[in-house]
Amino acid sequence: MQLSQMKKGAVGRVTGISAADPLIEAKLREIGFAENDAVELAHTGPLAKTPLCVRLNRTLIALRADEAQAIEVELD
Amino acid sequence: MTAASLAPIRIALVGAPNCGKSTLFNGLTGGRAKVANYPGATVETRHGRFTTPGGCSVDLIDLPGFYGMAPRSLDERLALETVLGKLDTAPELILALVDAANLRTHLQSILQLRAIGAPMIVVLNMFDLATRDGLEIDIEKLERELGLPVVTANATRKAGREALLAKLDDALAHKEIAAPPQGPFPAPEEIRAHQSEARRIAGAAIAYEPPFNRATRAIDRIVLHPVAGPFILAALLFFMFQMVYTWSAGPVDMLDAGAASLGDFAAAHLPAGWLHNLIVDGVIAGVGSVVVFLPQILILFTFILLLEASGYMARAAFLMDELMYRFGLNGRAFIPLLSSFACAIPGIMASRVIENDRDRLTTILIAPLMTCSARLPVYALIIGAFIPEESVGPFNLQGLVLFALYIAGVISAVSIAFIFKRTIAKARSQPLILELPTYKLPNAKDFFISLWMRASAFLKRAGTVILATSVILWFLAAYPASATTLKESFAGRIGGLIEPLLAPIGFNLEIAIALVPGMAAREVAVGALGTVYAIHGGPENAQGLSETLQSAWSLPTALAFLAWYVFAPQCFATLATIRRETGSWKWAGFALGYLFTLAYLGAGLTYWISRAAGL
Repeated sequence: MQLSQMKKGAVGRVTGISAADPLIEAKLREIGFAENDAVELAHTGPLAKTPLCVRLNRTLIALRADEAQAIEVELD
Repeated sequence: MTAASLAPIRIALVGAPNCGKSTLFNGLTGGRAKVANYPGATVETRHGRFTTPGGCSVDLIDLPGFYGMAPRSLDERLALETVLGKLDTAPELILALVDAANLRTHLQSILQLRAIGAPMIVVLNMFDLATRDGLEIDIEKLERELGLPVVTANATRKAGREALLAKLDDALAHKEIAAPPQGPFPAPEEIRAHQSEARRIAGAAIAYEPPFNRATRAIDRIVLHPVAGPFILAALLFFMFQMVYTWSAGPVDMLDAGAASLGDFAAAHLPAGWLHNLIVDGVIAGVGSVVVFLPQILILFTFILLLEASGYMARAAFLMDELMYRFGLNGRAFIPLLSSFACAIPGIMASRVIENDRDRLTTILIAPLMTCSARLPVYALIIGAFIPEESVGPFNLQGLVLFALYIAGVISAVSIAFIFKRTIAKARSQPLILELPTYKLPNAKDFFISLWMRASAFLKRAGTVILATSVILWFLAAYPASATTLKESFAGRIGGLIEPLLAPIGFNLEIAIALVPGMAAREVAVGALGTVYAIHGGPENAQGLSETLQSAWSLPTALAFLAWYVFAPQCFATLATIRRETGSWKWAGFALGYLFTLAYLGAGLTYWISRAAGL
């Protein structure tokens, strides 16, 4: 499933990152998303549940649901 | 020894945002920084000098933070171009800062820098915090794997910087400083390779990694809560604006009394004549009326700097993103726009963090609508004179009016953004990918250095622009010597030319005159009113400006004047910054035009409505 489809509090593992825009993929990787990393959907924004706030290793990353579609995850 | 060897060695500080770059910069240089502009480029970097224990003179450059070589915001591009020597001679050495707690992620950019051949020392910063949390890193192994010198540091303490300085001297003595780095940038596809290599190295060097910071987790559960979060943000902002008013009351009165007694002292000791008038009515009345607002500016900046340094500001961007997105903005615009409450100039420059050009343009154009601190002197004067100091429930009425003026600015800004996004700045919105840093206690030294930079910029303006305009205005208002009323003076004649334009919105001749020099900077109008009324007020001379205004202005005029200042683009520095940041006078001219139109309409509507309401 896509990261954007995770439920709040769910924990999973990144299985792939690919976006139509290669720069988005580069951005996501540079800020720390990588295959096999554990992710937890920690918070969602107050309006329409976006942006998402993801706990990734030892950081918290905020990203919009649109960008989160680029990240494939497998729930634990 | 040749002259070349005496020239300071240029060293650049690079690293991700929030890895403690500024703290290290302030620690090494003692906070004495010069802001440098490269000709022809819109880059502004902080430079500072220091001498290493080994006697090397260093020119340290503080660069904007970036995560890697796929930079897209202007800020990140500028940092990279500086590293590569595209803007100036390349730095001879790079201090690459890494947040020790986030080695795994931050190592990627180190590998990218290594790939382009940048000469560098890797600094594991905030090492004390990371080890206190239980992190264990094998430094020697890391050094071996990277093939680069690695040193741990704790930028906040002198002792924490000693190892770094020793390593620096070591590198300089052994001439490890190589030729400037050669491109090309790694292609986006190479990022994947760097990422897996970074993880392999981090995996080898990290002996134990503790789980995510528990305090941050606990605080975020409340602060980022979908209901409590926005409520806390609104309460914080409301509290901030209330405090700007209530806490500053005492110090402002003291400064006011000080300026008044200085005026009396000068009046008593200077022989009568033009010099007496110039000093008392021009300089002390003009500059004094602006300097008294320093406490409010300090309080506002205190809040903004603390929110920024604690890590809350990024949370605010997260909470506001979707709302701002619907109005055609971006969550990242929250930080530039909030900074604009202090001053639009750093706010407009901070918009460089916005990656999409059209989003950035919209943010720049609406930044002047955020109530900057230069409006505070104007608001404070008029509110103090015309709004009674009553309590409305638990709140102070004057504070509520001030809050309403701020809200008026925000509401017009989002409406304008909404319109711009659908007309002149049409484009798909940029993505939001933002790190929310771990909460930290702000560093006292960094805080005071930043606060001092803001305060001294304000005082410098009071001592230059406002001093000059006060003197010029005093001259224009006091001469020709034959003038017996204000209308006959030079200022009166100029003001008389624009007065017919302003009369329909309730502005009198004195306001028209004060607005002439007030074009240079908003707070000048207060000094200008002080000068205008001090000269021609007759017996009112002895009263404070606010009492003079109470008898000279009607309430609708005062309210219209407040409404005018919600919009009026009366700041040359802001317009010059818009020109510089957008690269053309076209957008600066556009901002000037649309803001004056709004100011005229806003003041007019306020005047007519409040007259109709019988105020």
